[in-house]
Amino acid sequence: MVSVDGKGNGNGLVQVRNLDKKYQRGSEEIHVLQGLNLDVDRGDFVAFMGPSGSGKTTLLNLLGGLDLPSSGSIRVAGDEITSMSANKLTAWRARHVGFIFQMYNLIPVLTAFQNVELPLLLTKLSKAERRRHVETALAVVGLSDRMDHYPRQLSGGQEQRVAIARAIVADATFLLADEPTGDLDRKSAGEIMELLGRLVHEHGKTLLMVTHDPRAAERAHVVLHLDKGALVEGGAASGGEA
Amino acid sequence: MKFFRLVWVNLLRKKLRTTLTIGSFMVALFLYGLLVAIRAAFGGNADVAGVDRLDVINKTSLIMPLPYSYRERLAAMPGITGVTFATWFGGVYQDEKNFFPQYAVDSETWLKVYSEYVVTEAQRKAFLADRQGCLVGRKLAKRFGFKVGDRIPLRGTIWTGTWEFNVAGIYDGNRPEVDTTPLLFRYDYLEERRNFGKGTVGWYVVKLGNPDDAVTVTKRIDDAFANSPYETLTQTEKAFAASFAKQMGNIEFLVLVIGSVVFFTLLLVAGNTMAIAVRERTGELAVLKTVGFTDLGVLALVMAETLLIAGQGGVLGLALAKFFSLGGDPTGGFLGNFYLGWGQLGLGLALALAVGAVAGILPATTAMRLRVVDALRRV
Repeated sequence: MVSVDGKGNGNGLVQVRNLDKKYQRGSEEIHVLQGLNLDVDRGDFVAFMGPSGSGKTTLLNLLGGLDLPSSGSIRVAGDEITSMSANKLTAWRARHVGFIFQMYNLIPVLTAFQNVELPLLLTKLSKAERRRHVETALAVVGLSDRMDHYPRQLSGGQEQRVAIARAIVADATFLLADEPTGDLDRKSAGEIMELLGRLVHEHGKTLLMVTHDPRAAERAHVVLHLDKGALVEGGAASGGEA
Repeated sequence: MKFFRLVWVNLLRKKLRTTLTIGSFMVALFLYGLLVAIRAAFGGNADVAGVDRLDVINKTSLIMPLPYSYRERLAAMPGITGVTFATWFGGVYQDEKNFFPQYAVDSETWLKVYSEYVVTEAQRKAFLADRQGCLVGRKLAKRFGFKVGDRIPLRGTIWTGTWEFNVAGIYDGNRPEVDTTPLLFRYDYLEERRNFGKGTVGWYVVKLGNPDDAVTVTKRIDDAFANSPYETLTQTEKAFAASFAKQMGNIEFLVLVIGSVVFFTLLLVAGNTMAIAVRERTGELAVLKTVGFTDLGVLALVMAETLLIAGQGGVLGLALAKFFSLGGDPTGGFLGNFYLGWGQLGLGLALALAVGAVAGILPATTAMRLRVVDALRRV
């Protein structure tokens, strides 16, 4: 159950309260997020929409522990991440968050297999165990036959699939996707959204996604709009297809 | 080990740039090797076996002789267990470019004092039995193909005429650093034939019973011959070698200046390369941090890259220099003891790694401090 009124039951996976984020640009102070509240349960698929500069990516960065808020609280799976030290936050991120970027952000000198393996290098898994996890992740995204290919040898859609495999390989608690279809043609975008939908419905993943694309947002259980630094519900999608 | 691949693939990312940077280290360390070998050549054997020996020269100048009669007086002094002497001959073998040192030495005592020269007993006896006999160092023998029994004619430049010597033996050094380029012949042969300077020697070498007595014995010798027509200057072999080298200029200073300039330039080249490499990979470093690499982890990856470049270039350059030094004196006799020791190789590698570390620390710190949010915005 997704809510933005700050009255969630407190048992959700993600609980955001009174979140503020300000930037200083020269002498001007820009208030990007103001008193934002959000509750997300496990298995939810939420799409964030809004005009450019409305703070969607900022919100995603804060939820993923890549940035710190000016004030407010973010609890994920019981952990208050706003008070964590940088090192603790890094370790928390490695364990709980899978990131998917618009530009895929694969390492060009590593193969698909090696890119997906990256998060596992930080674990105590043996080489054989790492291989098994990577092969499983690549099978889920349908790229078992491309694991030795370099990013330059893959299409945009395939690159994004590798990025998704990298995000799920360590079995992250939730996935954060920032415009995952923003750089893809319509067909590839549809395939990627299909894949993300399957991750939610068949594998029980929780997915928070920023998008400009209404077609992509349609797949989400809930679409939230960022307006004047706060979230407002823009309507629930069908949920079945999402 | 699992992170090594990550470091390695980044090195291979821009092969030409990596190769050129490794090449810079290689050239610099090759030059270092040559400079160190040249410095060693000017230092002679002083670093090898000079701790229990003192050299006694004429206080006025190295080229001024000392009386032969000092020999007995030196031998009688407390703290001295052996005395030998030598005289610079300065002969020419076939052509002036075939330079190598020749010393007229006291055949009875020279090998006792210079224990680092190794010669078979039979050859030593042959040397003692033949007034025109000579001992040829292994490198010198190799250079001109001298064999035992050969006759070597030298044209005298100080004492004119043709001087002929019979090769009685070929000596080796007990360590690779020992200079085996000189030719040693008998002082009594020189004394018999020369027409001036009779009754004098070039310098004395005394062996100490205890190296700790060096200061006392030095003072004792110089005091004994003070206010005489032939005052002495006694010094350690290292100081003697240094004063010998100084006749050609301040080699130590020259080596230091050239070496410093080379390493400083290398520092700038490597630092610039690593800075560019890190700047180009800002987005990728941000991704690493996003998936859980810590700040220190990213710092370590960048440092490992720069150290790997420095290490590879260093090893290649030093190996090349070592290989070059194995060929012996490249000047045909001027740098007799041209040798690059393992200790100097180790120091060279440490220097290369130190330069790599200093060059890499700034870009690595930049990578470490990179804020993921800022970096991703730039991608």
